Amino acid sequence: MMINNNLNPEYINYLDYKGKYTGIRAWLYSTDHKRIGLMYLYAITTFFSIGAIMGILMRIELIAPGPTIMGPQTYNGIFTVHGIIMIFMVVIPGLSVVFGNLFMPILIGARDVAFPRLNLFAFYVYLTGCALAILSQVLRHGPPDTGWTFYAPYSLNTGTNVIAATGAAFILGFSSILTGLNFIVTIHRMRAPGMTFFRMPLFVWAIYATAWIQLLATPIIGITLLMLIIERLFNIGFFEPALGGDPVLFQHLFWIYSHPAVYIMILPAMGVISEIIPTFSQKRIYGYRAIAFSSLAIAGVGYLIWGHHMFTSGMSLVAIWSFSLFTFIVAIPSAVKVFSWVGTMYKGSIDLKPPMLYALSFIFLFMIGGFSGLVLGGLATDVQVHDTAFVVAHFHYIVFGGMGYAFFGAIHYWFPKIYGKMYKIKRANIAWALTFIGFNLLYFPQFILGMQGMPRRYFDYLPQFQTGQVISTIGSFIFISGFILMVYNLIMGYRKGEQATANPWKGTTLEWTIPSPPSLENFEEIPVITEDPYNYK
Amino acid sequence: MEEKSLHHEEPRDDFGAKMGMWLFIFTELLLFAGLFLVYSVYRFQYPTFFHQAALELNVTIGSLNTVVLLISSMTVAMSLTAMQKNNRKLALTLLFITVLCALIFLFNKYIEWGTKFEEGLYPGSPLMLKLERGHLLFFSLYFFMTGLHALHIIIGMVILLIAWFKIKKGTVNTGKYMLLENGALYWHLVDLIWIFLFPLFYLIT
Repeated sequence: MMINNNLNPEYINYLDYKGKYTGIRAWLYSTDHKRIGLMYLYAITTFFSIGAIMGILMRIELIAPGPTIMGPQTYNGIFTVHGIIMIFMVVIPGLSVVFGNLFMPILIGARDVAFPRLNLFAFYVYLTGCALAILSQVLRHGPPDTGWTFYAPYSLNTGTNVIAATGAAFILGFSSILTGLNFIVTIHRMRAPGMTFFRMPLFVWAIYATAWIQLLATPIIGITLLMLIIERLFNIGFFEPALGGDPVLFQHLFWIYSHPAVYIMILPAMGVISEIIPTFSQKRIYGYRAIAFSSLAIAGVGYLIWGHHMFTSGMSLVAIWSFSLFTFIVAIPSAVKVFSWVGTMYKGSIDLKPPMLYALSFIFLFMIGGFSGLVLGGLATDVQVHDTAFVVAHFHYIVFGGMGYAFFGAIHYWFPKIYGKMYKIKRANIAWALTFIGFNLLYFPQFILGMQGMPRRYFDYLPQFQTGQVISTIGSFIFISGFILMVYNLIMGYRKGEQATANPWKGTTLEWTIPSPPSLENFEEIPVITEDPYNYK
Repeated sequence: MEEKSLHHEEPRDDFGAKMGMWLFIFTELLLFAGLFLVYSVYRFQYPTFFHQAALELNVTIGSLNTVVLLISSMTVAMSLTAMQKNNRKLALTLLFITVLCALIFLFNKYIEWGTKFEEGLYPGSPLMLKLERGHLLFFSLYFFMTGLHALHIIIGMVILLIAWFKIKKGTVNTGKYMLLENGALYWHLVDLIWIFLFPLFYLIT
């Protein structure tokens, strides 16, 4: 269905809309879900770039044994800060706040989220948390050197800015809760007439499952970090063995949140892939209900497996067996999704446009990450590779290869809708190829290094590991050049790109039925839904 | 074209607003759940110390505060019913009593904590660090959990005070009382958490 943007004389797109405020304030005070989503996009891109620069610095340090460009304390600070920025400020909010805000209301046929002002408030809470996290790096006592996991008792004793960093994570968690709450109420209360739960696009299902995890898991990390802060200030002894406390208890409390948080990162990513694949195969999604329910299953089972981060910390045999069993079980709903995506492509008319390339590389990288996760979930193998570069490779394949590539796919998929412009397809393909090659060169050698015994978080290593480290560093350069090309291409697309039509990819979900960019109110008339979201003929 | 006509007015969704509050209450319960977990772990680890330390707490003040909070929960519920029945004056009076109860609770807490502070028992004090490990953990938990609860009392009180002024101004009225209802819901939560804190610290000895 093609829609002429100029058909309706009252149409003003949300980017040009003039309200009560003008200039920058029209953005800063805006409660429009699309503008808030865009502000999140710019903030997250900025923080991702800072985190990526730190990653590159670490890779340069590791190009040769011994101190190359920094000493051990600086390295400890940099990997901690890299972790805090990437985990708490980029991948946990990531897809949910950017594309959830931009498109979830449109995909269910609503004009905005349920609580628009709360939405804006959550954005400022997020910015406050980010500011505090950045401050923790520059304050007097030096950046925290605990790793992003803040394990006690070291986090209680180190002289660095742990309170600022954990305070930042606490505030970011609060923002995450508010967003989750807002999205759950929106999905329950604001669906267009006829939009039953089983007519919702799968991205909305994923956002819904994610919102529940945000809501039910985040308070635990909140209270844990609060206990840590109070403990540092007043020596209350909860996690300090010298005062009778239990540091393993901290690890439990930390992972009760932080493992489900992995699914906060990956579920919306899977939702994005479930949107891209049917569009670029021009085929109805295979196993709609299976994908929807597997999101909920992942959210549910994801709560019961936190202990697999602690196989070497000391737990009863019954506990580690159960955690290992559930870890293997959670792989099943993930596999259901992968089979459904492949099933969707089967006999479809596949169009290898940039979003599809990112979606396909998501499946590839996610599977490598997933299978290596089973190595870590097995009790005997985990002892061998625990705290080695193998773990680093595994979670970068899942978190970066998963969430990151879904994010790249999503921005290429929805770019014409967001800005009403089109980027250069060919340049986007080159950028994709560079990032894909760079990514695998960067992380795959770390699997092998880990197997050989290279520990994670070390700034130095034995000469026998150098080959792998050099390949990895070269990979990081290739990746970053691809990333710069990608961002350049998108910026040029925004500034000089051709006008995009309302439905450039021939998608069938609701966002493609309205003009590009959408008007402030999204829909002139709230649509009445009569059929499935992926109704390809 | 006027700006008004461009902006479609969404119909007010009271049910949605209440749902949001319930979800938020879940998160608050889980916040305290983390602390209850830590409490149970250390109670299991140091049963006799917890037993001895609990004898040090003032059951009279604790019971008094429980009664005060129960009364306040009743009055806030009555205030909401009064508002629904369009009895503005009664609603204001009952809400005032609720806030008064909150103040009495905080005053008692002040007395209670004050006595402990005079004995040298406060987080980070030299005396605390010299105590047996089990005793230290009990008092740390006591100060942490009742302190966080008192903070919630203050937040709840502020919400109810805002509701009070809005009723006075007329922006919260018999047709539109979600702020009062959500404030009351939050107040019941604060009350409920105390109902668990009270036996755990004062009664199980």
